[in-house]
Amino acid sequence: MLDWLWLIPALPFAGYIVLALAGARLSRAIVASVGVGSVGLSTAVALVAGVSFINSPPSNHVYSQTLWTWISVGNFTPRVAFYLDPLSLVMTLVITFVSFLIHLYSSEFMIDDAGYSRFFAYMNLFVGSMLTLVLADNLLLLYLGWEGVGLCSYLLIGFWYQDPANGRAARKAFIVTRVGDTAFAIGLFLLFTHLGTLQIQEVMQRAAQHWTMNSPLAIAAAALLLGGAVGKSAQLPLQTWLPDAMAGPTPVSALIHAATMVTAGVYLIARAHVLFSLAPPVQSAVAVIGAATLLIAGFSALSQHDIKRVLAYSTISQIGYMFLALGVGAWSAAIFHLMTHAFFKALLFLAAGVVILAMHEEHDMYKMGGLRRRLPLTFWTFLIGAASLSALPLVTAGFYSKDLILWSAWSSPSGSTWLWIAGLVGALLTSLYTFRMVFLTFFGEAKYEVNYTPGNGIRLPLIVLACLSLVGGIVELPRTVGGQPWFSEFLGSALPALRYVEGRTHAELVLQIVAAVVSLSGIYLAYLFFLRRRVSADGAARSMLGAALDRFWFGGWGFDWLYNKLFVTPYIWLARTNKDDFIDSIYDGIAKLNEVFYRALSQTETGKVRWYMTGIALGAIVAVAIVVFL
Amino acid sequence: MILAWMIIVLLLGGAGAWAANRFSALWSRYISLLALAIDLVLVSVAASRHGQTRIGQWLVELNLNWIPPFGISLHLGLDGLSLLLILLTLFLGFISVLCSWNEVQKRVGFFHFNLLWILSGIIGVFLALDLFLFYFFWELMLVPMYFLIGIWGHENRVYAAIKFFLFTQVSGLLMLVAIIGLYFVHGRTTGIYTFDYLQLLGTSISPAVAMWLMLGFFIAFAVKLPALPLHSWLPDAHTEAPTAGSVILAGLLLKTGAYGLLRFVVPLFPEAAKAFAPAAMTIAVIGILYGAVLAFAQTDLKRLVAYTSVSHMGFVLLGVFALNEIAMQGALIQILAHGISTGALFVLVGALDERIHTRNLDNMGGLWAVVPRMGAVTMLFCLASLGLPGLGNFVGEFLVLFGVYPINIPLTVLATVGIVFATVYSLWIIQRAFHGPQREYPRLHDLSPREVGSMALMIATIIGLGLAPQPVLNTMRPSVESIIQGLGVGNSKSAVAGSPGSLDQGGAH
Repeated sequence: MLDWLWLIPALPFAGYIVLALAGARLSRAIVASVGVGSVGLSTAVALVAGVSFINSPPSNHVYSQTLWTWISVGNFTPRVAFYLDPLSLVMTLVITFVSFLIHLYSSEFMIDDAGYSRFFAYMNLFVGSMLTLVLADNLLLLYLGWEGVGLCSYLLIGFWYQDPANGRAARKAFIVTRVGDTAFAIGLFLLFTHLGTLQIQEVMQRAAQHWTMNSPLAIAAAALLLGGAVGKSAQLPLQTWLPDAMAGPTPVSALIHAATMVTAGVYLIARAHVLFSLAPPVQSAVAVIGAATLLIAGFSALSQHDIKRVLAYSTISQIGYMFLALGVGAWSAAIFHLMTHAFFKALLFLAAGVVILAMHEEHDMYKMGGLRRRLPLTFWTFLIGAASLSALPLVTAGFYSKDLILWSAWSSPSGSTWLWIAGLVGALLTSLYTFRMVFLTFFGEAKYEVNYTPGNGIRLPLIVLACLSLVGGIVELPRTVGGQPWFSEFLGSALPALRYVEGRTHAELVLQIVAAVVSLSGIYLAYLFFLRRRVSADGAARSMLGAALDRFWFGGWGFDWLYNKLFVTPYIWLARTNKDDFIDSIYDGIAKLNEVFYRALSQTETGKVRWYMTGIALGAIVAVAIVVFL
Repeated sequence: MILAWMIIVLLLGGAGAWAANRFSALWSRYISLLALAIDLVLVSVAASRHGQTRIGQWLVELNLNWIPPFGISLHLGLDGLSLLLILLTLFLGFISVLCSWNEVQKRVGFFHFNLLWILSGIIGVFLALDLFLFYFFWELMLVPMYFLIGIWGHENRVYAAIKFFLFTQVSGLLMLVAIIGLYFVHGRTTGIYTFDYLQLLGTSISPAVAMWLMLGFFIAFAVKLPALPLHSWLPDAHTEAPTAGSVILAGLLLKTGAYGLLRFVVPLFPEAAKAFAPAAMTIAVIGILYGAVLAFAQTDLKRLVAYTSVSHMGFVLLGVFALNEIAMQGALIQILAHGISTGALFVLVGALDERIHTRNLDNMGGLWAVVPRMGAVTMLFCLASLGLPGLGNFVGEFLVLFGVYPINIPLTVLATVGIVFATVYSLWIIQRAFHGPQREYPRLHDLSPREVGSMALMIATIIGLGLAPQPVLNTMRPSVESIIQGLGVGNSKSAVAGSPGSLDQGGAH
């Protein structure tokens, strides 16, 4: 059954081609069945492949399939080939399954949009590229998928292209991530130059053989790949594009900017974990970036009014957790959180989409309220997603994955108490901003008359994702709750397990209780602030310091301002100033000079013989003088 | 003789097209297409009859005496490199005739005469193996191009035509001086006075003289390419030329410069080329960045696309002077991909100009809603231009960068940053013309079947180059390998990347 592996990315691509060529002439029903169907079929093939992979694992838990040789020059021979191991299988399953649900949701959600077929064409192209990214057997093909998803992100953020603001957000996303990709590309040049291959497994093997721990080349290579990862995954310092990316339709935010594409950086680092293990300083940088990002984004999420922007900052913050896990060597914990996050964050976005639709494109949470009676299913599923995001103890998937990260930050050899505290503060922020969102949107008095009931196309994905957000955690249970680490055991052949520091492991139950208390107290604080209004959040925000902080956080800590001053404005100034190309004026100068000489000399052309005679005589004298005196 | 016929058919076709205009303009167009089609058959016959080349061998060769007292002969030769460039020439020739179908309505016969004569000059340049003959063809492309810009161009056409002529003519004369210099140097040392390329190869020249002669050739080719700071004829010529003229300029004339570097500068003066390589590569990288920034600043869409050529051709110069196989193959792919992608963008700009009678981006916006097919095709070629993987330009640019990295890391980094700049201007085109609020337009019709047909061919080619470039790489491998061999050993620094030797360097740290 694994022979069908190539079909998994090929089916969405085929859907894209059909829709791109004929989409405008097809009816909406056919467009939807091509768009949703291609991804559905791809999901089915992935499930079959997954079952057969688990039941009868190929040798070494690896299956690879070569389609054709892409380029062959000298020893540069990247192929178009796919590589299936437990890590790429998990990624494939998450991507296909979540994509299918979101496509199904979109078939109803986008039904009134004029660009229906264009939407599904881009979405299918995205799914195909994303699957190419995770299944690629070499880094160049991975880069193809990497750029492909970036393109689709650009196309879909700017989907409603008539509004220039959407175009600006789309370009910003593409250009900022491409800055990261530049580092990634240079990393590829370095790896190929020194290791002579781009095939991922070969690169890792040769790196481990030829490079010692802390060798400058390993550090440079890991740092360059990290550059690509922070761009795509919206981590410090390239996180600025993601909040603006919310300009796209909500299913796009759910699929690309929450569940799949933005986690590509996490996948890349996990995939290249050998390289990062050879470069401890870079790996520590990954942890620090993760910790800093999760805090910065958490604070920003707290002061947003736009429900989608809260979720966007929350995504940045949650990917920060994944980076934290990668940074302390808890590879499978990062992938675990990637998976649960894909479920609950996609769910939150999809539910928020229903709210926005019901509110007629209103994004401001302060204009919402009391929606729990009007949109009961949306309310309950959103609540489940929020609980999972806040890591509500024991009953949610988010609890298990986040707890594993906190635990690893504490007990890993490269972890530290500081990283653990950062994660804990982040957890408090998370449940605070999440339930602020829940209370503002669904509780309080209704400010708006809502008459909207979602159909089955929307309800089904919400219910399925809600179930997964609750029970998705049972694949990896900590020792204190049953102790069934199936997930990390399954990934074991691709991602090495974390070795805990012996002295710190006895505290596991205590740490879990602390984390649980923090999560619950965040919810309680949100209840006090935003529902009971015992403590006035507005009052705090009105004080001088509060207002300043609120503005600072709201604007994403001034990064946009800084980058505008540092890069955008100078670039535009430079381009404008030299619009007419100063080099050209040199040639114009030569032409002008010629003209001056021509005019000057043509003055002498008077037609008067006296002047000509004088000229000849003077010339003769000068010539004779030169001969005589030199 | 088949090689000579390729050139003669186009010359005759041009004369025929001019004459046929008496009866009907349509006849001129059909005769041009017919001449190109015959040429295509000739090329396919020549290529298929002789199969693959081996290193240093010619698929087809023709050597006739011309002016024996001066050692001048009609020496033509076809190898993988020239084969691909001739295919590109014919392909863009078809596109040029097709895209002028509506645009050119005055003096249609003379237009096609010039068009075909330029093309035959270009094919001659790609085939000539005698330096005198090469110079003859070099000039042959120049004059009809001057007419093409000067007669059928836009508002400022006379200025642009004269500027184009002066730049190319002056630099061409420098090359002529260098050719004659080489002729005498070779004659003095061996006693054989000849312009024959194969005999001149390997002439022993003192380093200083070699450097001067090399520069004579280099400047002529750098003007055509164009390389900074000799590029300033290009934006004017491209902008003012009729669409077919811009397609030929960007798609083919620039490529003759690149071809000249590969065929003459590097093989004839290997040591001088090695010594000059760092300077050439620096010029190349400055061109990549400078062209990209200037492109972004433009408001005339055609001028914008023209400046992108300055940026893209920087990669070609960079790849040629990296002097290793990967980069050189990359430069060749870039030549082909840029010919297609920029050619297509010029056709699209021309088609847009035909419809809305402006090239000014300030007067565009929201066109996607009006002409979606045009928008989608423009988007695709803008994506090619920004180096999206899966399209031809990516393969070219990345092979160049993979080849340059082992030689010079800072230049590689800067050139890679150039790709970000390319993203900025490419997305800017889409935003200004096709996205944004819709303006008032007269009734516009989307791409016609003829336009869709030529675009479909170009799209298929650019995707083919991006996903399966191997047949093309195989075709030019012998040519590239013989150039690399000509450079001789002892060029260890630019040895093919990733050889086992370079593995050890990493382990030592």
